[in-house]
Amino acid sequence: MLWYVLRRLAYVLPILLGVSIVCFSLLHLAPGDPLTAVMPEFASDQVIEQIKRSYGFDKPVPVQYLLWLFNVLSGDLGLSQVANRPVLDEIVPAMVNTFQLAAFGIGLSLLGGIGLGLLAGYTRRLVTDRAITTTAIIGVSVPHYWVGLVLIAILAVTLGLLPAMGKAPPSGGFGLNDIRHMILPGVTLALIPTGIIARSVRATVIDVRKQEFVQTLQANGLPPRRTFLHVIKNASPTVLAIIGIQLGHLVGGSILVETVFAWPGTGYLLNNAIAYRDIPVLQGTILVLATFFVMLNFLVDLAQPFLDPRMTRQ
Amino acid sequence: MASLRDRESLAAVSPEPASSDFTGVIDGTLQRRTLLKMMAVGAGALAWPAGMAYGQSGEKVLRIAMTLSDIPVTTGQASGGAEGGRFINRSIYDALLTWDLSQADKPSGLLPNLATSWSVDPKNRNRWTFKLRNDVKFHDGSQFTAHDVLWNFEKSMNPNAAHYDRLQARNAANWLVSVKSAKAVDDFTLEVTTKRPNGTLLYELVNIFYSSPRQWKKLGGDWTKFAFEPSGTGPYKLVQLVPRNRAELVRNADYWNKSMVPQHDRMVLRPMPDANTRVSALLSGQVDLVEALPPDAVPTVKGAGMQVTTNVYPHIWPYMVSHLKSSPFSDIRIRKAANLAIDRENLVKFLGGLAVPAQGMVTPDHPWFGNPTFKVKYDPDGARKLMAEAGYSKSNPVNVNVTMSAAGSGQMQPLPMNEFIQENFRDVGINMSLSTVDWEALRSRRFAGAEGDLNKGVDAINYSWSIQYPVFGLIGQTYHSENRVKGYNWGHFSDAKADQLARNALDAFETKEQNKRLGELHSYLVDNAVWVWVVHDMNPRGLAAHVKGFIQAQSWFQDFTRIRIEK
Repeated sequence: MLWYVLRRLAYVLPILLGVSIVCFSLLHLAPGDPLTAVMPEFASDQVIEQIKRSYGFDKPVPVQYLLWLFNVLSGDLGLSQVANRPVLDEIVPAMVNTFQLAAFGIGLSLLGGIGLGLLAGYTRRLVTDRAITTTAIIGVSVPHYWVGLVLIAILAVTLGLLPAMGKAPPSGGFGLNDIRHMILPGVTLALIPTGIIARSVRATVIDVRKQEFVQTLQANGLPPRRTFLHVIKNASPTVLAIIGIQLGHLVGGSILVETVFAWPGTGYLLNNAIAYRDIPVLQGTILVLATFFVMLNFLVDLAQPFLDPRMTRQ
Repeated sequence: MASLRDRESLAAVSPEPASSDFTGVIDGTLQRRTLLKMMAVGAGALAWPAGMAYGQSGEKVLRIAMTLSDIPVTTGQASGGAEGGRFINRSIYDALLTWDLSQADKPSGLLPNLATSWSVDPKNRNRWTFKLRNDVKFHDGSQFTAHDVLWNFEKSMNPNAAHYDRLQARNAANWLVSVKSAKAVDDFTLEVTTKRPNGTLLYELVNIFYSSPRQWKKLGGDWTKFAFEPSGTGPYKLVQLVPRNRAELVRNADYWNKSMVPQHDRMVLRPMPDANTRVSALLSGQVDLVEALPPDAVPTVKGAGMQVTTNVYPHIWPYMVSHLKSSPFSDIRIRKAANLAIDRENLVKFLGGLAVPAQGMVTPDHPWFGNPTFKVKYDPDGARKLMAEAGYSKSNPVNVNVTMSAAGSGQMQPLPMNEFIQENFRDVGINMSLSTVDWEALRSRRFAGAEGDLNKGVDAINYSWSIQYPVFGLIGQTYHSENRVKGYNWGHFSDAKADQLARNALDAFETKEQNKRLGELHSYLVDNAVWVWVVHDMNPRGLAAHVKGFIQAQSWFQDFTRIRIEK
């Protein structure tokens, strides 16, 4: 097991280093001057040079990278060029907001995706299966921001039942009003993962049910309820891996969904940083999200052997 | 039934309603009927039409959807361009002068504000003296004096000052470029020295706002903390700032200018960059006023019984053309032909009537319009004639490359508008190729100027512009001999007479004379067709039916203090 953990960890470190290089390179790969977005139009050459120096853009690129990496490792992601607030202070509340929405969305996706996938897997080629499969394909294929707009038009504008956008005003806790604001973006966000999870669960359940051990269990007279539990247990590693990836996507935030709903999460933060070319925020957010994604997959890798001990022997 | 707005605004100040006390859990067992009852109540509560819980407060709240994606910087010199100035600078802070935003039927001019009067030394026209009000207090209760003006100049101009703020320096640099030094003659007399005579200084100082030095010191000299607890002298006080989510401002009942004490209790600013989101928020009652209503939403908003306000303002949607020898636009006949080729009336119809055909940088009723002899209008025959003189025709068109953005500040609807004009141009023998970049990339290209590496092969950029200030609007882009702003004179228009007219305008210190000279400059620019002018935006805003008293001034700024919430 220790060897398995170390091997997985060995994959993670070079990935993270690569991520850091890509993130830093954004500054120089993006077309135009990185300071354009923040440079005053009337400013004299002297002021422009002064601002460039204060951002450290007068140093050679490798030096800039090492300084940046050193700062990142000591927890300093720099200052937002637009808001002048520490990048970490920008990312943390945005991640909290996205986590809330992602937790809500993944909860809905798990309920919907696993339930529908199991039902479809157990009713293969019947009407239920076909209906669920078709719905899942539509869920994956329809642009979710469009569904978001439709939901807003019906539930917020026409019926006036739910807020159209935004996060609830801070009230010192988490209450009903917060949940009301999460429903439309949460449902919109859950659409794709629900479809993907439903399809994966269906395929895995069908595969597992074809295996000999299931037939043996059935032949030995095990009640269907007990057989079902064995199917679930054998299907769970695959499903867990997919859920891990989907959760990573949701925590990464959806730029489109968060922009459509003006939800101040990481997707919205990224959109803002791109629009205003706020490179430190862009670098920091991508770095944090990519690290989170890598670590999440690492944790999923670690969790899988507990569900399927064969994996440690591979 | 109360609306969503009550719920929204009051949730910030009201505790969550206590949860109902359910019975039915007997010995730890949840009865099925109770469970169903709880589910029904829960669903009902989530879908509870807004405001039913909080409709009793009576606080008058104005909620505004901005087009920005974040709350502009709140320390004194806001980010976010004119929108930052409109919502943050003018709300929390004051400048020495202000815009007259009380009328909709004429372009807004300057008025005294923190300064009651000013004069220029006739012997040294670099030296200005301002008399300041002596009855102005910051939100922290301290007195505003000339020393505070100096302190605020230093925060943006002196990198060695302890309170120098790079961010505010950046946002203020545009407006302090001509200031050399300043001194406090006494508590309420300020002397400002410019680098050279500049009759347009007042148009620059109207954008410099004053933060309280006492509050900055009280917060440990930390501008980041100051952003959350700012102290200015303006008609509103900031009480809550949640980045990218909201800013809440309350009425400053002690505001020195009693005619501008807000007529509502609270103003909530919400960033909403997506136009559809803003419309939905307005229609669902989540906000009361939205900026930049998309034209196609106007019938829906009106159909819902809401108001749409529009007005022309100092905005132009043009093509800044290259005057370099390599560009076809270096030929005045092609520039004039392009100006005559555009069917502006039909373009305006296409825009739902929410634009005004341009006849130059400013509208003909503007004091700076002057009396140009070249009439910018739709005259395709005249355009073809000029093109023929230049050696081109519909069958032998001249190729021009134009860079545009897909969206951006004041860019209206760039793609369909450019495609419309592309057809107009084709009719007279101009073959316009369009390349699209994002807004910030287009800004980079503008800063680089036509001769910059980024603009190789580019003959024009489609870049909307503000004409609110003489330098920004007219002088900066044409004053080639002293092009103090990189990218202002994007096309490198170089003309000795234009330079002289620009200098004349800077040398005028009296408004009437200055307007006359700016008119002469504008006439000359139009006669030389230095740009291709298309339309002025009408800047539609959507207002809920209960929003009263808003006057949409002909300005990039607006006075929101006069808005009443009547329900």
